[in-house]
Amino acid sequence: MKKRIEFKNHQREIFHFQLRLFFGIGFVAVLLAILLLRFIYLQGVRHSYYQTLSESNRIAIVPIVPNRGLIVDRNGVVLARNYSGYTLEINRNKTPDIEATIDNLSKLVEITNKDRRRFKKQLDESHNFETLVIRSHLSDVEVARFAAQQYRFPGVEIKARLFRDYPFGEKTSHMIGYIGRINDTEVSQLEDDDLAANYRGSDYIGKTGLEQSYEKDLHGTTGIEQVEVDANGRAVRVISRTAPIPGNTLVLSVDIKLQEIAEKAFGKYRGALVAIDPNNGEVLAFVSKPGYDPNLFIDGIDPQSWDELNNSPDKPLTNRALRGQYPSGSIIKPFMALAGLYYHTRTPEQTINDPGVYYLPGSSHQYRDWKAGGHGSVNLFKAIQVSCDTYFYGLATDMGIDNIYDYLSRFGFGKKTGIDLEGETSGLLPSREWKMKRYNQIWYPGDTVAVGIGQGYSLFTPMQMAFATATLADNGVAYQPHLVKEVQSPRSSESRSIVKGPLYDLHIDPKALDLVRRAMIAVTQPGGTAVYANMGAPYQIAAKTGTAQVVAVKQGEKYVAKDLSERNRDHGWYIAYAPADKPRIALAVLAENSGHGGGAPAQIARKVFDYYLLGKVPKDLAPENLKEESDHD
Amino acid sequence: MTRQQFWLRFIAHIDRQLLLGICLLLLTSLLVLYSADNASWDRPLGQMRNILVGFVCMWVVAKLPLHYLMRTAVPVYVLGMVLLIAVALFGEISHGARRWLNLGVTTVQPSELMKIGVPLMMAWYFERHEATLTLKNYFIAALLLLMPVMLIARQPDLGTSLLISASGFYVLFLAGLSWRVMGGMFATAIASAPILWKYMLHDYQKHRIMMLFDPSQDALGTGYHTIQASIAVGSGGILGKGYLNGTQTHLDFLPERTTDFIFAVYSEEFGLIGNVILLSLYAFVIWRGFIITSHASTYFTRLMAGSITLTFATYAFVNMAMVSGILPVVGVPLPLVSYGGTSMLTLLLGFGMLMSIETHKKLVKT
Repeated sequence: MKKRIEFKNHQREIFHFQLRLFFGIGFVAVLLAILLLRFIYLQGVRHSYYQTLSESNRIAIVPIVPNRGLIVDRNGVVLARNYSGYTLEINRNKTPDIEATIDNLSKLVEITNKDRRRFKKQLDESHNFETLVIRSHLSDVEVARFAAQQYRFPGVEIKARLFRDYPFGEKTSHMIGYIGRINDTEVSQLEDDDLAANYRGSDYIGKTGLEQSYEKDLHGTTGIEQVEVDANGRAVRVISRTAPIPGNTLVLSVDIKLQEIAEKAFGKYRGALVAIDPNNGEVLAFVSKPGYDPNLFIDGIDPQSWDELNNSPDKPLTNRALRGQYPSGSIIKPFMALAGLYYHTRTPEQTINDPGVYYLPGSSHQYRDWKAGGHGSVNLFKAIQVSCDTYFYGLATDMGIDNIYDYLSRFGFGKKTGIDLEGETSGLLPSREWKMKRYNQIWYPGDTVAVGIGQGYSLFTPMQMAFATATLADNGVAYQPHLVKEVQSPRSSESRSIVKGPLYDLHIDPKALDLVRRAMIAVTQPGGTAVYANMGAPYQIAAKTGTAQVVAVKQGEKYVAKDLSERNRDHGWYIAYAPADKPRIALAVLAENSGHGGGAPAQIARKVFDYYLLGKVPKDLAPENLKEESDHD
Repeated sequence: MTRQQFWLRFIAHIDRQLLLGICLLLLTSLLVLYSADNASWDRPLGQMRNILVGFVCMWVVAKLPLHYLMRTAVPVYVLGMVLLIAVALFGEISHGARRWLNLGVTTVQPSELMKIGVPLMMAWYFERHEATLTLKNYFIAALLLLMPVMLIARQPDLGTSLLISASGFYVLFLAGLSWRVMGGMFATAIASAPILWKYMLHDYQKHRIMMLFDPSQDALGTGYHTIQASIAVGSGGILGKGYLNGTQTHLDFLPERTTDFIFAVYSEEFGLIGNVILLSLYAFVIWRGFIITSHASTYFTRLMAGSITLTFATYAFVNMAMVSGILPVVGVPLPLVSYGGTSMLTLLLGFGMLMSIETHKKLVKT
């Protein structure tokens, strides 16, 4: 009985299913009929209308590329501009034999091997449907010569284009960056951001630096021209035109004069300098030495120049200010001192006796002071002034890594500062968790000792050091550092300010701040570690010198600069702000392999201060080879 | 085993009529790709590679007996869900959408897996509860559909989520969901459209729908695609401009002409006659799909075959409707014709299942 019912149900079910299937078939039939009707409408009824549009008078919608926004320094000096010029371009789809065409072209206009190499590279990288530049910056004579012979070259044409130019070249390379031809990845990125329409006709996009991070502002809005074109695709008549809106102008907080002085002050040294106005976070100078000529990159760099830049031992393509990670050496000491006072690990009056060497309890491992024999009786003030390592070994040990990590991270160590450039590295402020994660090892007391004088695992960027110094200079009030001060619309007088209020206030005890400030001033006075460079300054400078080891000195050995190859010598570090009582500028300087921080770095900083505070342009810019004030710090 | 025996075994589970229809469409694809790529072999060769991979998968799936197919339903669906959740939590944001999952070795797009996984799971579910179907079962099946669809819509990938919704809906429909409930669902959908518009859709999605009504508004972006595609189709006329002679195509007026807009290239060069032939080819494949569906011996295979066939028809309709300007531009390729490896693989897997359903039914019946 039961079986029969199921059997019946099964039959009915099949019937129901077949019924549904018929509905499905009907549905598909309707869809196909809709399409058929639409095709009949488009291709039958409206055929002549579309025929007209397509055959006799094609209406081409031509994008009008907007002028890219300018970049100017805080005084209006132009750092990135546009100029117009002629280019000779080849449409690969309309040119049968590209090699032969180029050979023939080279009889009319000069085409160098460099041009050919660059063209080859573009040919391999680009999509199918575009014209590629074989020569740019044609002279009027060359344009005329080609125009007369144009009929011989199908698919080759002269175009007037705007070119980007960076008049300061190397000096602004790491800050401004450069634009370059849009690549496939950027195309799909633009498509997904729904910006593809605005980039129709645009060939260039910001690749690095401010050109990249402010791409949206700089690009502008593409205009549209509707033109009638004849059967050969030539424009006959303009039907309508919507003007493009040029990109916004970036007004930087950087003073290019100051930047140039800082650049030159480095002399032969590689390194980085970041100067910040501690009252608002404006970056006044942003140097990474050596730089490179950004103008080389705009139309695609030729492989030879690229190899030269890329393989140079000086690493000119590395943005040292933003991405260079170095042990801080002793410039961490003022911050360690504030931490010690905050946790009451030390009082200002407390003194230790420095015999020139420090031992962890129960260990025979020697942690040496830079000064053989030690500094004798040392309190906090003197510890900063003479950069006493032994004092900070003990302070770090007593404070413990957890407190150090907690306090230093408030100053932004080990974190990106968020400056308006892409690719910033975060440095490394080590902690127990980090070491466990990274090396699967517990934290040893010896690790803390090294962190106390900015060695060991800790690595910071010049950008970070400058930010922390600016925060220190402004009594613990931190401002977002930024290179761009204002974004101005070139049409209206509208402008958008980038300057914001303070990020946060660390609420540091004023007494502690005052002590550290006085000690940092003492660094630049007789008895301190940066006396020579700061002699005769009519304003007070608060500073700290530091040295980052490139190669470790073995137990029982001594660091002797002249015994080491140049690139293994210590990096000199220097942080400073001035005038000390009412700081207007704070900076961090790193000069690679320069040895002592009170040497070249302090001299570079002094020249920057002199110009910024006094308007004084120094006569001799490169740092002198001065006698070492001390052999370590 | 003689050579003849080997060949007989080799093609034992291949449905010849379906294969014929598929091959004709693929041939069309190669032909049009050659033209769309400006008489270059780049794309046709790439497409041949896609076809080869797809054919191997189709052949393997066609050989699998039905109970294997059914057994994969739950694992495939669960895997798909796990991957979708993983994407939502730690997927890679590529170009503003979180669709890809980086497995270290390769990145995968789980929503593609669900195009087959969802109907498979729903058909399996209905098969299990075949004897005692109540409204509750439909409700649970609908949940099985909605969970992945919501996750995919959130990525955001509206096109894929709508197409998966359609394939799931076809299963519900074929499983006999009452007309009244469907009417209710339809009414709810209409009523919730304004809310969807306001809160769910991204700006670019709204933009694309608006463009349908006035393409000239956005003459450089999406609207441009629509305008130029309509000109291409319309100017093709009855006979077309001739192979390799489409001016819209060869004067660079048509966007994305090897992928989503390939139909405009075809239409311009082969005209209304060509379109009728193409529609007939699709109709032939769809018809064969329906025949296989009506032969299918179990509830599971009926639902699966019906859903695969209807979904294929939907893809074809949506793409051609989009290119000829009656639907907004949603990134749906023309099935078997547009250039692309992933969609080729998914489609041919589906056809493999159809073939398996057709050629294994006798085994089940006896």
